Amino acid sequence: MENSIKKVSIIISKGSLEGIYPGLIMANGARMEGIEANLFFTFFGLDAIHKNKQHRIKVATVGNPGLHIPTWIGAIPGMSAFVTSRMKKSIESLDIPPIGEFLQLIHDSGAGLYACKATVDMFKMTKTDFVSPVDEIITVGEFYEKAQGGEIIFT
Amino acid sequence: MATKTLAGKTFETDEQGYLKNTADWSEELAKSLAADIGITALTEGHWKVVKFMRERYLKNGDSPSIRTLGKDSGVTTKELYQLFPKGPAKLAAYVAGIPKPRGCI
Repeated sequence: MENSIKKVSIIISKGSLEGIYPGLIMANGARMEGIEANLFFTFFGLDAIHKNKQHRIKVATVGNPGLHIPTWIGAIPGMSAFVTSRMKKSIESLDIPPIGEFLQLIHDSGAGLYACKATVDMFKMTKTDFVSPVDEIITVGEFYEKAQGGEIIFT
Repeated sequence: MATKTLAGKTFETDEQGYLKNTADWSEELAKSLAADIGITALTEGHWKVVKFMRERYLKNGDSPSIRTLGKDSGVTTKELYQLFPKGPAKLAAYVAGIPKPRGCI
């Protein structure tokens, strides 16, 4: 298995439920296969690890053609909350944990969790704003150092 | 059909080497299966995970997720990865003589 993937570094850049979960599932899946994994949260992806925002992550119901509902219906107040609650139920039924628990699971599996310094500075955040599984705030350069010798996946 | 010879006996397996017939399994065979993937001595922790996997599979017809494994097996997620660094669920399933887990979690 000389050519098998040994390491992945996954960037999560979006703050919607459907923007965050794929990266988390891929990171966890990598660890389950014994593949080394890093997660790097940037821009609105930081909401996934932000203490006060993590619980308010929603499915985008406007500008999301994949949902196949007209934009004006997606804009009705409460629509995003409704679709989010439906999706969270189907996620739970597959035994996929909520985001907070999932981050802890991924961290405990030995993956590194990092916040992007440029975005942290831009949004005027500090390490204390983030949940405990987050290891540290790092620069882009440090991210590339950590990603050395592996694949980089941008989501 | 792929086969594997362990401890002087031949067993049917799938392409990845997982036991085809769950009933072929014994604790003695588990030791040989473990040695086959580089675990020379099964510790108490290994046994706990392997037996939990096997019980759940025989009960539900499906291997537990890594989430369930960390929650219900009595072995924490961190310990699971210390015991089976190359993937707790798939390696424990191998030693437990059950099919490789097919879930994404």
